[in-house]
Formats: sequence, structure tokens, C-alpha cells
Amino acid sequence: MNKKLISSPYIVWTIVFIVVPLAMVAYFAFTDGDGNFTLDYISEVAQYSNIFVRSIWLAAIATVICLVISYPVAFILSTMKKRHQSTMLMIVMLPMWMNFLLRTYAWMTLLGNNGIINSFLHLFGLGPYKMLNTQGAVVLGMVYNYIPYMILPLYSVMVKIDKRLLEAAQDLGCNSKKVLLKVVLPLSLPGVTSGITMVFVPAISTFIISRMLGGGGNLLIGDLIEMQFLGNSYNPNLGAGISLVLMVIVLLIMTIMNQFDSDDQDRVLI
Amino acid sequence: MKRLLSLLMAVLIVMSVCGCHYQHLSDDEDTEQQTLTIDNPDFYQKFKGKGISINVYNWGEYISDGSDGLLDVNTEFTNLTGINVNYSTYANNEELYAKLKGGGADYDIIIPSDYMIARMIKEGMVQKLNFENIPNYQYIMDSFKGKLYDPKNEYSVPYTWGTVGIIYDNSAIDVPPEEIDWDILWDEKYRDSILMFDNPRDAFAIAEKLLGYSMNTEDPKELKNAAEKLKEQKHLVQSYVMDEVFDKMGAGEAVLAPYYAGDAVTLMDEYDHLSFAIPKSGTNLFFDAICIPTGARQKEAAELYINFMCEPDVAYATTSYIGYSTPNGAAYEMLDDEVKEDGISYLDDEFLDDKTEVFANMSDEANLMMQNLWTDMKSTQEDSGNKWLVPLFLLACVLLSVAIIIKRYLKNKKDIF
Repeated sequence: MNKKLISSPYIVWTIVFIVVPLAMVAYFAFTDGDGNFTLDYISEVAQYSNIFVRSIWLAAIATVICLVISYPVAFILSTMKKRHQSTMLMIVMLPMWMNFLLRTYAWMTLLGNNGIINSFLHLFGLGPYKMLNTQGAVVLGMVYNYIPYMILPLYSVMVKIDKRLLEAAQDLGCNSKKVLLKVVLPLSLPGVTSGITMVFVPAISTFIISRMLGGGGNLLIGDLIEMQFLGNSYNPNLGAGISLVLMVIVLLIMTIMNQFDSDDQDRVLI
Repeated sequence: MKRLLSLLMAVLIVMSVCGCHYQHLSDDEDTEQQTLTIDNPDFYQKFKGKGISINVYNWGEYISDGSDGLLDVNTEFTNLTGINVNYSTYANNEELYAKLKGGGADYDIIIPSDYMIARMIKEGMVQKLNFENIPNYQYIMDSFKGKLYDPKNEYSVPYTWGTVGIIYDNSAIDVPPEEIDWDILWDEKYRDSILMFDNPRDAFAIAEKLLGYSMNTEDPKELKNAAEKLKEQKHLVQSYVMDEVFDKMGAGEAVLAPYYAGDAVTLMDEYDHLSFAIPKSGTNLFFDAICIPTGARQKEAAELYINFMCEPDVAYATTSYIGYSTPNGAAYEMLDDEVKEDGISYLDDEFLDDKTEVFANMSDEANLMMQNLWTDMKSTQEDSGNKWLVPLFLLACVLLSVAIIIKRYLKNKKDIF
């Protein structure tokens, strides 16, 4: 009883702001403007398949880059002295103290044709390189904005790994490469999966990064959904349809991901 | 130590605030503070002391806020009438529409553009005004009454007007301004230096003008041709933007951008390297007009606000601050000759009559078609990467599935022992 009472604010919150809106998305996706049942909007989504593929592709690249960068960082972090750990963690979190839009806006000034990077290269007679308004810039924006979400879960799992296990493995004849592959990696898998989830999901549904860094010519799903509400024709039903399909795809990818996560009891964050 | 640090910070903050304040004062010295004179102040006293407030929903940066020695319109209104103004802003017509359509919005004053007013009238989203409460409507010039979007002048009072033209970098473009036409935006020479509207209506209008169609065409074939034209342009376009034009043109990132005349005036004040040309073949003439949405709670107070916005002094402050042209005759008379004759904000009647076109509301089908063509145009990729994306993605899925199966198999095997 007591437990229920304590959790009730969150349950109310979930129902009002998550369950009900989700139900409304589903309702709008399967009805037309007059409230009649229709599958038109769902099937209409098919014509945007190239946008879906591009979004998944870019989000996947960004996630992989995040993982490759974050894994060593998180490992080094977890082996540091406690005192230094908190300082380093703060540095990881530091960019997040600033507004998301401002951070992304800053990249526009960095990457532009007359931007800081190109001006610097110009000193050596190089460039200017076209960096802004490309898919690469979009991926960069995703990696930059979401990398803390990869580092943190990885770190929180790795810091719990008993260091005696590593020593034991070494005692039993593992070289450092084997320690990493046979001990650290399997034990950190839950962190990997939740890190991937926390980077991939926001990356696939972003719209402001592609608008600002992609130059508006590289539409992602997020832009497409936004256009249904704030575009030329107000079409909440199609917008809901696209959102629903996106959610299903994300759910599918997450289920596949979770298959790798063999030990269910060690799951963190999701 | 910590205390010392916070003390230092506090001192710094106070000092910087003082510094700003001081600077502000010195700014005011060289520009004369505008004062408000109203012929008939009694007219505004109706609601004094009743604690009423109205909700005003306007474009961003679209009202004089008291800087540059001009009037702070909303504060002056509150001082005069005792009506509080809750002021909020939106970025485009569609956002305004979505907000009102979605319900839950409670506004007394909105300022949409022409085609959106027509659409809202059609859908009953705005209500008729009682012009007895808006005597200052007399100041609105006759040439701005009875336009396509509100033919009988029942629903709206014009706030500003303007045209679409091309902002260009005069150091990079050597075409004389009177020779500039829309086709310069399709010129291979300026590849990757062209910015384009990030909204279908304005972008299609340019393509349609270039093809010789009406900007309000609903003919599917013409719309498709216009979309083709935009697709042709895509590889030349650096990016599709709206207000980012200010930054990108200012920093010299791009050399050509179609945009609204009022914003061009603001930009040119700031940067010497930018100029503005109105294409010789003609352009879009747009209006933003004040309306009262259906269901507004304080209609009469809102009408008082509209009347206040039409006061010559207020209209003058508005047009001077935001740079868009005013339809208010008395405010126009107050402007410097320099502004009246710069050929940007105020054009001769002949050009306005013959060469400009006002947006009308399009049918839902045409809107939808335009939206789809626009999405299609924006999502086609110029590089050929598209071809191998799908197979690669499928391959990744297959590999993942195989990996899962192997993993399961291994796990099951382990369980046996």
C-alpha cells in the first residue's frame, strides 16, 4: 500500500503525459479528419521510405561513432581515482549546461564556408571545404549533442565492475586484450545497450539538427513530422501516422538490441 | 574562499548591469526619445481600473519595444488604458494556424498574413470587427483596403505590408540592381551560395513567377512544373532557411537570398555589403493584418488595441522599428523622404498594380499537393548515395538477425551443460 502511495505521483504523470498522448497519436493515425477509421495515412507513409532509410542510417552512424568514442572514455573514467572521476564526469556534462539550440547554432559558425575552421585552414592555403549543410554535419551534430547519453550509462555500469575480477583474470593468464574481451566487454553489455538506446532514439527523431546543420535539403523523419503540423497543409493525421510508424520501427530495433543483452537482471536505465 | 568567489561574481554582475545601463543612457542621448501624442485620449479610458488583460499573439520582432528611442508600444497602451498586455510570439503563419486549430489557445489579437487571413475567414476562425470602436481606421490608405484576402474589409486592419525581393552581396554580384530577376537564383555561377525560402508557399511563388504562372495557381500540372523547377535549383542551393538569412547573409556565407523587403532594410542598415533588388518581372505583395480570433474573451478591449496600433505615432514607431512598410497614411507622412524614396519599402503605385500579386487562400487539395511536392523536392538526394542505402540497411538487419540466432543457439547449448 505504502509503495503504491509513493509511486502514485509518477503513475499519474505517466498516464496523463505519456499514455494518453500515445493513445491520441494512435487514434489520429487510424482516423481521418472526421473521425472515421482509415488506413490511408499509414499506407501513405510508404512514399516517404527514403526519408526513413536516411534517418535510420544517419542515426545508426551517429550511434556507432558515439559508442566507439565513448567506450574507451568510460573505461578510463571508471578506472580513475574517485576524486578525479567526479571532475571528469562534470567535464562530460559541461556542454549540457548550455541550451541545445545554442550548442547546435555554434556549429553553424564553426563549419560555415567563412566559419572558424575554414578560416583557420585558409591560413595554410587550404580549403574552403564544404562542411555545413551536408549529411556529415548532421551526423556530427548528433554525435556532439548525444554523446553524454552514451558515456554516462557505460560509465555507470563499468564503475560497478569488481576490479578484483580483472585481477583474477590476469592471474589466470589473460593478457590485457583478453581481459577486455572476456571480462570487461561482457560485463559492460547492459551499459552498451542502454547507451545505444539513449543515443539512437533521440537521434532518429531529431529535426532541429538536420534543419540547422543539414541546410534543409536533408529531410529526416522529424522534419517530415514537423512539416505535417507546421507546413503548408495542416495534416495532424498523417503526422500521427508517421510518428506511429517511427515508434514501431524504434521498438523493433530496440527489441533486436535487447536480444544481445543476455542477463536480464543486470539491465540499467531501461 | 567560496564566499569570496561568490562575492566577486556578484560584484561583477552588478558592475556589468551598471555598465549596460550606462551605455543605454548614453545611447539615448544622441537619439531623441519619441513621445506619444493622442488626439482623443478619453476614448481609451473605458476599461481603466477594471484590471482587464488581453492576449496578443504576434510575429517575433514585430513590434516596437522601446529601443532606439521609439515608443514601447505595449507599455504605452497599458499606461493609457489600464489594460494589461500579455504578449507572445510565433515564427510563421502555419504555427499560428496549428495553435488556433488545435484549440486551447486563448488570444484576443493575432496578426496573420494575407492568405492565412483568407483561410481563417473561410473556416470561421476570425470574427468581424466593429469599426465603430476603431475610428483610426480612417488613417489606413485606400490602396490597402479591399484586398483579395478580405474583400469587404470586415475582418482585418492592415498592420504592415511589403514585397519579396532578392538580398544580394554587392561585392560578389556585378549585375545592376534593375537587371536582377528571379532567374539569377538558378544561375550555375552562384552554386552553393544561394539561400532559398524554407516554406513552400514563398518558394513555389518564385518558381511560378519564373514560369509565368499565377502565384495562386491550383492547376496540378502547373504546380508539378513549379516543383520540377525547384528541383532543378536544388543542387545550387546552399540551404533552405527562414530567419537564418540574417546570420548567413551578414556573415557572407551566401551571396543571394530571396527575402522580405522589411527584413532586407534591417539587414542593410547593419551590413554595407548587402543590397536589395526587387525583380523586374514582378513579385509577391504581402500584407500582415490585425484580426480578432473567434472566441476572443475581450473583443472590445482588443478593438481598442487595434485602434491604438493605428494611432499615427504608434504606427510610425512600428514601421521605423521593424522596417516593414506601413499602410497608415499619417505615419507614412511622418517618415523621412530618404525612406519613402529608397525604392525598397515604398514602391510606385504603377509597379504595385501591374507587377505584384497578392497570395490568395488555396483550396485544401492544392495546399496538400503543394506540401507533398515540396516534401518530395526536399527529400530527393543530389548524390547517388541513395541506391545502396536500402540494400545496406537490409543487410544490416539480416546480419543482426543471424547474430541473434547464433547467440540464442550458443546460449541454449550452454544451458544443456
